[in-house]
Amino acid sequence: MLPLLRYTLRRLLSAIPTLFLVVALAFILVHQAPGSPFSDERVLPEAVEDNLRARYHLDESLPEQFVRYVGGLLRGDFGPSYSYPDRSVGDLIAIGLPVSLKLGALALIVSVVLGIAAGIVAALQHNKPLDRLVTGFAMTGISVPVFVVAPVLVLLFAVHLDWLPTSWSGSSGLSRLVLPVIALALPEIASIARLTRANLIDVLGSDFVRTAKAQGLGTAAIVRHHALKPALLPVLSYMGPTIAAVLTGSVVVEEVFGIPGLGQFFVRGALNRDYTLVLGVVVLYAVLIVGLNLIVDLLYSLIDPRIRYR
Amino acid sequence: MNPAGKTSRRLPDWLTAQRSVRVSAAILGAITLAAILGPVLSPHDYLTTDFDELTRPPSLGDGHVFGTDDLGRDLFVRTMLGIRVTLMVAVVASLVSLVIGVSYGAVAGYVGGRTDAIMMRLVDALYAMPFIFFVILLMALFDRSLFLIFVAIGAVKWLDMARIVRGQTLSIKNREFVQAARLTGVPTTRVILRHIAPNLLGVVVVYVTLTIPQAILVESFLSFLGLGIQEPQTSLGTLVDAGVPHAESAVWLLLIPATLLAVILLCFNFLGDGLKDALDARRRR
Amino acid sequence: MIHSLGCLNRLNGLNGLNRRALLCLAAALLVAACSGKPDPDAGLSVLNRSLSADPESLDPQKARSTQAADVLRDIGEGLLAYDPAGALVAAGAERWSVSGDGLTYTFDLRKDARWSTGDPVTADDYVFGLRRLVDPASATFYASAVSAIVNAESIIAGEMPPESLGVRAVDAHTLEISLTEPTLYLLGLLTHPSTFPAHRERVEQHGEHYALPGNLPSNGAYLLERWEPGSVVEIRRNTEYWNDAGTAIDVVYHHVITQEAQELNRYRAGELHITSNVPPESFQQVREEYGGQLRVYPTLGIYYYGFNLSREPFADEPGLRQALSMAIDREVLVERITGRGEAPAYSWVPPGIYNYEPPQLSYAELTQEERNRIAQSLYREAGYGEENPLRFELRYNTSDTQRRIALAVQAMWRDVLGAEAELVNVEFQVLLEQMRAAEITEVFRSSWLGDYNDAYTFLGVLESGSPSNMPRYVNDEYDALLRNAASQVDADRRRLYLEEAERVLLADHALIPLYFYVSKHLVDPRIRGWGDNLLDYHYSRHLSFDTAH
Repeated sequence: MLPLLRYTLRRLLSAIPTLFLVVALAFILVHQAPGSPFSDERVLPEAVEDNLRARYHLDESLPEQFVRYVGGLLRGDFGPSYSYPDRSVGDLIAIGLPVSLKLGALALIVSVVLGIAAGIVAALQHNKPLDRLVTGFAMTGISVPVFVVAPVLVLLFAVHLDWLPTSWSGSSGLSRLVLPVIALALPEIASIARLTRANLIDVLGSDFVRTAKAQGLGTAAIVRHHALKPALLPVLSYMGPTIAAVLTGSVVVEEVFGIPGLGQFFVRGALNRDYTLVLGVVVLYAVLIVGLNLIVDLLYSLIDPRIRYR
Repeated sequence: MNPAGKTSRRLPDWLTAQRSVRVSAAILGAITLAAILGPVLSPHDYLTTDFDELTRPPSLGDGHVFGTDDLGRDLFVRTMLGIRVTLMVAVVASLVSLVIGVSYGAVAGYVGGRTDAIMMRLVDALYAMPFIFFVILLMALFDRSLFLIFVAIGAVKWLDMARIVRGQTLSIKNREFVQAARLTGVPTTRVILRHIAPNLLGVVVVYVTLTIPQAILVESFLSFLGLGIQEPQTSLGTLVDAGVPHAESAVWLLLIPATLLAVILLCFNFLGDGLKDALDARRRR
Repeated sequence: MIHSLGCLNRLNGLNGLNRRALLCLAAALLVAACSGKPDPDAGLSVLNRSLSADPESLDPQKARSTQAADVLRDIGEGLLAYDPAGALVAAGAERWSVSGDGLTYTFDLRKDARWSTGDPVTADDYVFGLRRLVDPASATFYASAVSAIVNAESIIAGEMPPESLGVRAVDAHTLEISLTEPTLYLLGLLTHPSTFPAHRERVEQHGEHYALPGNLPSNGAYLLERWEPGSVVEIRRNTEYWNDAGTAIDVVYHHVITQEAQELNRYRAGELHITSNVPPESFQQVREEYGGQLRVYPTLGIYYYGFNLSREPFADEPGLRQALSMAIDREVLVERITGRGEAPAYSWVPPGIYNYEPPQLSYAELTQEERNRIAQSLYREAGYGEENPLRFELRYNTSDTQRRIALAVQAMWRDVLGAEAELVNVEFQVLLEQMRAAEITEVFRSSWLGDYNDAYTFLGVLESGSPSNMPRYVNDEYDALLRNAASQVDADRRRLYLEEAERVLLADHALIPLYFYVSKHLVDPRIRGWGDNLLDYHYSRHLSFDTAH
């Protein structure tokens, strides 16, 4: 276990320059974008805008602002939000993150469980009706854009059938999560099912499985003991980015269902040039991705001990 | 601009043996042909507005076979135009991501060690960049063009490809037969070409078929954010997006482009799966 | 399926994850199947209304958006307010008087007005609120709204202390406001949330977090209870309000719904009593389906295309500008393209403004065919023709409505004049930046929404020094007329100057007015006390439910 621990520590250390790079790049990008956090069709008189800029230290030079921002980050302070004057970016993240996490975690669990299960079924029933059904569903799942699926789900289940609430603020409890989770999970289920199926078929056709078959092992035993692990490895490596993307909230799903998650704050921040809000979400996103990738890699090593860490 | 046609012409017989491949290729070919010839044969063009013919349902009588959109423009011609753009975006963007992603991922996975660590940290860092903001910025700072959309989509999608290929390479590299080859002194390039590359092919083909629809979806997502292609040009994604609000009042505006989009995506997916099955079958032989 | 999941469980690495996953999934499905929970609002009168964008702040002085103002009018009160028909009425002040020179306003405050904390609302609270508004340290957006008050501009510029503002508490219930020039629209301004009183003790205690639930005290009919950004603002009856007996509805949810289609869905599902808009695609259908529940009426807003008057090809070319303006068939635009009851615009100031009759563009009375003919000859006179068409860029911000209007106008210009407009759509912030810089823009899409019911809220925009003067319109005669109007104490004389100024503006064709906005709401038939009004303000305290329904 010791090499693994050392590996983990080293990865955590190496995350520091990664995160710094992300902050620096994002900082430069947001400040290069045309527009200002305070502009509107109702243009502010110069004196008023100057006061606002001074209040948020935007009158300083970019390097000064960068040092100020990174200094704040090191103290755990994401800075003030320009588009929500009553709240800091930290406040907004504290509001948006749990919502996005809950939504994302549910969607992820649903996608992994249903996706892998469907993929295995399809692979074992290769070219039989069940396989075609799963493949057809998966194809459709990938083929229809989320921004078509989501409104259709709302029209069908919330408006016409009236089984579920149309959006977030219309109700409380988990019922308001059902449609967003389905909308968010559908393409992921499809992708994972396809990937699992393709890999499992691949592995089942490989030499060592055929050797095992020749030795008289049954299909179930082969799948269980030999085929599943190598078949799921690519799925696992596909999980890292999927998790991060899903967790930080699908922008469309949050928009359609009016869910106050990070995705919505991010879009609003970007559109309003709320630099600190955008940066805050980016930094969080980066931390999540780095962390989740580490977890995925550690899982990799648990499942496939052939991968060694130096 | 005829991906399907090219595929079926260039690939050897064993590949076209699969029925799904032939059917998908034929459908894609037919759609491509229609996209090229349709606008030429139609009496209408893609930008003439007619304020007396707003949102007319499809009819054969006046030549508006797909009806008209909410500005009275002929939906058939616009849809065909959209197909051209969509196919072009998807294929070019996927090729971009394929080339960058495979070489990057394979090198990282095979070389391993410090190089791998650095290369994958760079991917992590790029992943952590906000895609939407990156694109808004690109679209705002430079004049918006098709080329920029390729770049935007390709630049994002190669990351996935690199990760997958790297993971797969890591796993293959440590398999007995590769290790045996290395131990017996087979040169590195030969190991990569003979042992790693063929084993990567399956996953890469599957992933490219996942990438083409994804590229199409990203393009339509950009349209959803209003960052897609400029009017009066259009793409299937833009048309679907414009049709969504009409889902109840003028359903053909959504149904026609959405169906075509789904058919194209399905065909690419079946094509990819069929090719993969064919490859597998050949490898086993 | 069960068999394969069994296989999966054998996977050492994924063991725990999957068991938990299954449990969670089962739990999620279970809860989804039987959602039911005691309702905290049982027995109360509850109103669900909607906001088309997230209110960014509920601090009366710091807020900027109209959506924030909609909520703030419920959870606070200024010296004056509007009744459901849109007429000015006394609110925090019981009565007021104006000095003969129009420069000093004296307000007698209501003695029974109380904060939700139980403290009385005093003249000091108003003084504190107004000083807070202009104080550079509080970084407010609306600071210059009260620039007519003595010393306001110098305070905003940081040259004088906030205490020097021309606002004085004569005694606990008498407030005096001193102005630099007679500002006849001052009373309307004093309904705006930025002029609401502020609670000094709470501001000092909570600082930046003054406007959060629990911190923000209310002197209005409702008190802020819960505020989830991007989602909902919940407000509840403020029993300390002086007219609490007049409040019928106990709880109001202001839901943030950014998509019009979704808003309609929620109205249909019975989750909303009042929508903030109606989606254009469904407008006809909604009109047939809901009849009287659909309220459509004019509001203070204009949609226009501006010329960049500081560069070619439109600088010093009034004839060419007029040609482009005349070639647009506004009737077709509002009937076929926007199609939600908008009125074609032939003036800059919308009709219906208090004590003002907007002059019309010279060609307003002609038919479109006559306009087209004149437009064509003006176009030729400007030196353009078939071999030598005018080419320019039309910039608009990315949105479906802007896109459709731009395409329609582009087609009209092409058909009538042969002029070739290239459409360029850019993100809103980018367009704003480009309009402000006035370097690359040629023709651009913009709009203006009035702040108060007075023509100056529109005419002042195009004064040469005005920051929102996007077309870069400069005309000394226009500026002089507006300056003259500002010094008038007599409302009818002032009106003549303002109307003359607009006549000058229209003759210059500095911009192309396209249409005047309308307000569009679906209102539940059980709701009483609703009034269609120009400002589109609908105080929740005026509304009630018809229980017989």
